[in-house]
Amino acid sequence: MAPRKTDKKNDIEIARFADHIVIRQPNRLRRAIRRVPEDHIDDAVARAEAALASLAGEFRSWMQVECERLAAAHAAIERNGFSREAVDELFRAAHDIKGGAATFGYPVAADTATSLCRIIEHAPDLTKVPGGLIGHHVDAIVAFVRENAAVRKPGMAEELSVQLRMLADDYLTRANHDRPEHLEAVLAPSIVPE
Amino acid sequence: MFRIDFNKLRFLCCDDNAHMRRILRTLLHSFGAREVYEAEEGATALEMYNHYAPDIIITDWAMPIFDGIELAQMIRQPDAYGNPYVPIIMLTGHSEKRRVTMARDAGVTEFLAKPISANGLYQRLLNVVLNPRPFIKTKTYFGPDRRRNTGGSYIGPERRNGGAAEVVPQPSLLDKARAPG
Repeated sequence: MAPRKTDKKNDIEIARFADHIVIRQPNRLRRAIRRVPEDHIDDAVARAEAALASLAGEFRSWMQVECERLAAAHAAIERNGFSREAVDELFRAAHDIKGGAATFGYPVAADTATSLCRIIEHAPDLTKVPGGLIGHHVDAIVAFVRENAAVRKPGMAEELSVQLRMLADDYLTRANHDRPEHLEAVLAPSIVPE
Repeated sequence: MFRIDFNKLRFLCCDDNAHMRRILRTLLHSFGAREVYEAEEGATALEMYNHYAPDIIITDWAMPIFDGIELAQMIRQPDAYGNPYVPIIMLTGHSEKRRVTMARDAGVTEFLAKPISANGLYQRLLNVVLNPRPFIKTKTYFGPDRRRNTGGSYIGPERRNGGAAEVVPQPSLLDKARAPG
């Protein structure tokens, strides 16, 4: 079926349909596009990777800062309980490590932070999470960074990380047996490529 | 072959983590960008968006008070003061399918799951500059066309009345999020 009405105003094409409008506008970013010969050599990605590598000397101290924040957030919960603000801060601290640690060369810490985020996000009641599971995650992340477990290789750090994830997943699967949305999220594969 | 002159583009980066902002700034400058503005939470980013009129916004999701989803929703107001069509790249540690769907429904243009890579970011930037999608406005949505397939493989219910809109064939946001950086 054809659109009911098509307008053209200020270079924006508007096609009106019964329950939606399709808006096409000129590419405002066209000014930044340049055609270059096929043999043009300017590897922006390689340049960026080199620039990233030049920051590597700072990554360890950055991770130490992130770990201090995580440990402080957990200590606050141990002192004062699971208030909304305290849980939010613990989640954000873990979430930042989940997102950044692999870039900073600590993939095992990132894996464990991912597991911790899943607990915080999907446990029905954080006060009922069994015996120190949250604390063990925090301690492991801090230890991985302190012991400079910077490279993913078979060893104690990776084994511990895998075991913590298994314990967390086992608990979350049981605790969410009657919460299908959470259970689906717990069991769904990550979209992050290996 | 095309290349992008990043020095002609103005970026706004929003992330509450200073280390991640530093990474992002380093990557963008390496690509050739000169104008990179930074905000550490959504409300400041919204102010900067109105003030600096960036060409591309890169935002984190999880931030205190005013998060990246709320930022996208505030920008995707068709009658807003600023440019509601600005490309928004969601750069986030969230890595679940439902999060990709939520971001898409908030009007996010591209989704990039952390850990960030130079290539992953470059490909998203390339796409928003070279392949802008039409915008769709309905009673409940205003943002880039969420349909990226022209093929006849879709077998779900037709949710649009009055004719199907022409769409630009591209991988779905989820497929792209799953693709190696």
